[in-house]
Amino acid sequence: MSGTDILSVDRLSMRFGGIVAVNDLSFTAQRGKITALIGPNGAGKTTVFNCITGFYKPSAGSMRLAHADGAVLKLERLNDFRISKLAKVARTFQNIRLFPGMTALENLLVAQHNMLMRASGFTLLGLLGFPSWRTAERYAIDRARSWLDRIGLLDRADDAAGNLPYGDQRRLEIARAMCTEPALLCLDEPAAGLNARESAALNELLLAIRADYGTSILLIEHDMSVVMEISDHIVVLDYGMKIADGAPQAIRDDPKVIAAYLGTGDGEEITAEGVS
Amino acid sequence: MGPDVAAPAPNQQPAMRGPGIAFILKKSFISAFVALILFSLMIGIRTLPSESGQLTYITRFPQLAAMVAIVFGGSIIVELLRQWWGPVDTLRIVPPQVQTGLGIARRLLAPMLLIFTFLVPVIFYDQRYILDLAILVLTYVMLGWGLNVVVGLAGLLDLGYVAFYAVGAYSYALLATTFGLGFWECLPLAGLLAACWGVMLGFPVLRLRGDYLAIVTLAFGEIIRLVIINWQSLTGGPNGISGIPRPTFFGIPLTPGENGLAAKLGIDFSPTHRIVFLFYVILALALLTNWVTIRLRRLPIGRAWEALREDEVACRALGINTTTTKLTAFATGAMFGGFAGAFFATRQGFISPESFTFQESALVLAIVVLGGMGSQLGVALSALAMIGGFELFRGFDQYRMLVFGIAMVLLMIWRPRGLIGHRAPSVFLEQSRAISSDLVKEGHG
Repeated sequence: MSGTDILSVDRLSMRFGGIVAVNDLSFTAQRGKITALIGPNGAGKTTVFNCITGFYKPSAGSMRLAHADGAVLKLERLNDFRISKLAKVARTFQNIRLFPGMTALENLLVAQHNMLMRASGFTLLGLLGFPSWRTAERYAIDRARSWLDRIGLLDRADDAAGNLPYGDQRRLEIARAMCTEPALLCLDEPAAGLNARESAALNELLLAIRADYGTSILLIEHDMSVVMEISDHIVVLDYGMKIADGAPQAIRDDPKVIAAYLGTGDGEEITAEGVS
Repeated sequence: MGPDVAAPAPNQQPAMRGPGIAFILKKSFISAFVALILFSLMIGIRTLPSESGQLTYITRFPQLAAMVAIVFGGSIIVELLRQWWGPVDTLRIVPPQVQTGLGIARRLLAPMLLIFTFLVPVIFYDQRYILDLAILVLTYVMLGWGLNVVVGLAGLLDLGYVAFYAVGAYSYALLATTFGLGFWECLPLAGLLAACWGVMLGFPVLRLRGDYLAIVTLAFGEIIRLVIINWQSLTGGPNGISGIPRPTFFGIPLTPGENGLAAKLGIDFSPTHRIVFLFYVILALALLTNWVTIRLRRLPIGRAWEALREDEVACRALGINTTTTKLTAFATGAMFGGFAGAFFATRQGFISPESFTFQESALVLAIVVLGGMGSQLGVALSALAMIGGFELFRGFDQYRMLVFGIAMVLLMIWRPRGLIGHRAPSVFLEQSRAISSDLVKEGHG
């Protein structure tokens, strides 16, 4: 299982008018591993994410997603919802995007839309209450229940997602992404705004996801305690270009990385966690 | 609003000092000034035809002064009352006991309303006016429920809903007068054609959001009306289509004579039979709309509509095809509009473009917004209030619009998110808890 690439990004560039947000970026993410994408603010990490998840169409370059069954998809050819539906790439957002007026349970059911749509015979069988639909609905609710249990929100299943505390919303968004049964899970700053205890819980959750589901994870993160602890591989971006790529230990000691962080005044994060 | 909120302590009154006398005077002066400007033309000057037929005017300064003084004094009293009473909230006006009572009443409201509706023709059998009004109200309930799918669930602001109503009405009228098809054969066809128009409208507006979507849908409604007016050879233009067949009781006409339903049942013919029959037809159609909508909300498509209203970007990230989701919302809403249109045509027996103006779209949208977007019961109640209530104010003669407008404004102050603003979850594990309207998004188109 290990050793094969699930995602290979090749010479990806993204330009907005005259601004080059991502410049000739190549990296790979391995199957069943946690790959972190780090870099100072404005380095183009989220732009890379938006390209991979189909929200932007890259100006140049290719992105290949290899499924376990050998199928290879060209992500740059797929657009918005097809990335999630066909390529099985799920994502979360830097600023949480739950459905605030729907309950936690409903949020997880919306994530299973495509499976439920097929089971409901594209609404027709469901409208007439066919047994196959009822079975599928029960299955979906059970899956949602098990995820709620896993993230410790079972007792808040019927509360509006917008009413949950911030940390719970973060975890619910990850659970929602996992309910789409992704091959690759892309997390945009999952630890942003979490306290130390919540960060530790997040680490556990991500490691458990990798262990139990074999889901590969691509992660943008500023919180070095998360990045260094759980990543198998780290890619460092600065000004849209890759400046380093390797195992956490190697990245920690890489002078170019330290320079990039110190240069923008963000250095204390990496030195505090990295050197001590 | 919940009963768990602690009642405000009664002894906190002296602690908060209201604004001083200067503030009250300032506010009252402003009110009086506004009143002076408003009433100077409305009351201060009156036009009269003189004996020679010319228009002259007389001034009525004492009345104007009295009016301004009333406003001045009134606003002082209102301000003092407000200070004495303290901040207004639901708990102070409605004690908890009454609230629990209201809670029970609220749960019983929908079933009671349904039973009452079924009995309307029995209770008001010989009151033709009330029966006609009830049919009208139910037509708007159905239209409101249809539009609720688009606006309330999917969050797509549609100002041209009347277009689908018109397509349904003209579909039935043309199919019936040209090909001699009956009401029951035409009903699904009318719904289908309206749904097709819904998809046709949906395609160009998929990329638009919010205000832009509203403008395009408004234009679409006008286009349909203008096409109907100008396509003389097909639609009869401004003259409309007359002689539209009345509905039959599954093939048996409701007419006097040998073949009529009355003769077959062996009872005396009465024109009220047809009204009662029409009443139950529209009631059945409205309940069908309601049933389908309630079912759809529990299906993935309905949840996807609501998710779309909440956050379109997140929908796309979850692999939901937002294009087809929006189109199905438009098509579903349009289909119900088409059914209602076909019913309208068969009830009137005559249709013309005049019945399908923007006024109708605005009215149906007002019903949905007033009822609380997404709430089935709320829409039904507000249709009753808007259509039935409007008739109720008939006694006020020329002040009807004014009274109605004030009532609307007051209601929107009291309930900014509609009569029933909270959202009921479509599915629950332990207990269904209503979701406060503060959290529920209105959609961005």
